[in-house]
Amino acid sequence: MDTARKGFAGVWLKTIGLALVLALFIFPFIFLLINSFKANTAITSNPLSLPQSLDWTNYRNAFEKMSYTASFMNSLTVTILGVALISLFAAMTAHYFVRNQTKFNQYTFMMMVAAMIIPFQAIMIPLVKIYGTLNMLDNKWALIYMYLGFGSPLAVFIYHGFVKGVPAELEEAALIDGCTRTQTFFRIVFPVLAPTTATISILNVLWIWNDFLLPSLILVSPHNRTLPLSTFSFYGTYSVDYGPLMAGLVLTILPVMLVYLFAQRYIIQGVMQGSIK
Amino acid sequence: MIKEKEWWPRLRTRLLFTGPTLFAFLTVMIVPFIYGIYLTFTNWDGIATTHTLVGFENYGKVFQDEVFWKSFGLTLKYVLFTVILVNTVAFLLAFGLTRGLKGQNIFRAGFFIPNLVGGIVLGLIWQFIFSNVLVFIGEKAGIPLFSTSWLADPQKAFWALIIVTIWQYAGYMMVIYIAGLMSVPNDILEAASIDGANGWTKLRTMTLPLMVPSFIVCIFLTLQRGFMVYDVNLSLTKGGPFKSTEMVSMHVYEKAFLSRDYGLGQAEALVLFLLVAVITLLQVYFGKKMEVEA
Repeated sequence: MDTARKGFAGVWLKTIGLALVLALFIFPFIFLLINSFKANTAITSNPLSLPQSLDWTNYRNAFEKMSYTASFMNSLTVTILGVALISLFAAMTAHYFVRNQTKFNQYTFMMMVAAMIIPFQAIMIPLVKIYGTLNMLDNKWALIYMYLGFGSPLAVFIYHGFVKGVPAELEEAALIDGCTRTQTFFRIVFPVLAPTTATISILNVLWIWNDFLLPSLILVSPHNRTLPLSTFSFYGTYSVDYGPLMAGLVLTILPVMLVYLFAQRYIIQGVMQGSIK
Repeated sequence: MIKEKEWWPRLRTRLLFTGPTLFAFLTVMIVPFIYGIYLTFTNWDGIATTHTLVGFENYGKVFQDEVFWKSFGLTLKYVLFTVILVNTVAFLLAFGLTRGLKGQNIFRAGFFIPNLVGGIVLGLIWQFIFSNVLVFIGEKAGIPLFSTSWLADPQKAFWALIIVTIWQYAGYMMVIYIAGLMSVPNDILEAASIDGANGWTKLRTMTLPLMVPSFIVCIFLTLQRGFMVYDVNLSLTKGGPFKSTEMVSMHVYEKAFLSRDYGLGQAEALVLFLLVAVITLLQVYFGKKMEVEA
């Protein structure tokens, strides 16, 4: 009886403690949201006060000055194509490496794994120099291509582990029935790998959607900017008028939050599975 | 596995399956990496079409560049604090959220939220919190600690960076620790309880040793992200006040792209890469030695 009551109180204490920590985690977003509906003077005179009304002026301002639609579409194009290309090609490569374990393939695979330790900062200067000479800067297709290059080592590595678990008999049966290797891959192997594809896609969406340094070096002109770039430059040019800035930040966060609301379980699972490898 | 007999179908399959990935990987990572090593032996200024070879001059300059080593020292200090604090907070959260508490999934989801947002946006949000919200609270409530902006004071700006980093990564590492905690087999913990082990003994002698793989992953990730920090540094403090919080990544960026000293900038980037590679590989090597089987 006594221990049960102690356990009950303990659970409550723990829940309250965790709730307090969670409040610490969430409060910056709350202040952001509150102030996004206020005029600049109201923000600077009292950032804690609630807005008088739901005033959308800041949002309209930010939406226009950030060229939100254009940046959103740029982010969407780069993220979707980047993630799709990485998943598709990395799965094919990993499959090929597992089923053809020649020395050459094994060394290539090891080189890809080893290259994961190279940070982007060690490559960015020559990267800009090379692609600048080739006239491929300020081009979002070049950016997507670079994401394929930077993203494939980790994706090949994760797929490699899972392709090993796909029974080779399954594929042999399909080959005997007359499928080509390409057909076998697309009809048998790739569908079986769907959970892995989901994990890799989630990790890559979080990375590419929020990436700043690489796109800031590649995309020069304003009409090519992705959301993080246009948010940052918007902040730089309007640094005195807090209202639209807050609204701009909310607008930038909003798409990811909406996706998170529905896909929260899968995103957390994806991070878990990606880390176990 | 059935293989194509002819050389052409075999090559075609190889090209189709490995061509795009390998070509992109080579042209985006390996070629620039090697070319980068070459660049460190030149004095290219970013504009001129020609450059001359200068031998090891740039590496000599790296060791004389006091600002580089100062920001490297600052980064080391930053990494030390963030690795310890991020992992402690993350582990405690994970530990509290794997004991069947009601609503633990909501808590997990909540703590993960900062990871949905990139470092740039997080830094901008906290810039507002530090220079407006906290200052306002400090003035109204008479708390001197907050009454001036943390970002205007070199010491406090450094701690502001650490706080934001903890806030940014704790949720991500928590998820990895949760995965690790859930993989600790329950039967051995129960067996220990029957033998009379209390919670602390179980944690110290069983859970923690079995969690070593998770610690290796999380410490590796926090080390690497810490050394390479750029986004939050740029958007929260811009390296200021008076360059007092300029981390080494930002210094390399400025050397190359603002001072237009590409050879030196790349040499510093490579020195940084080598130092970080040695540190992280040592960490993984010694971590692996501590791994145990259940």
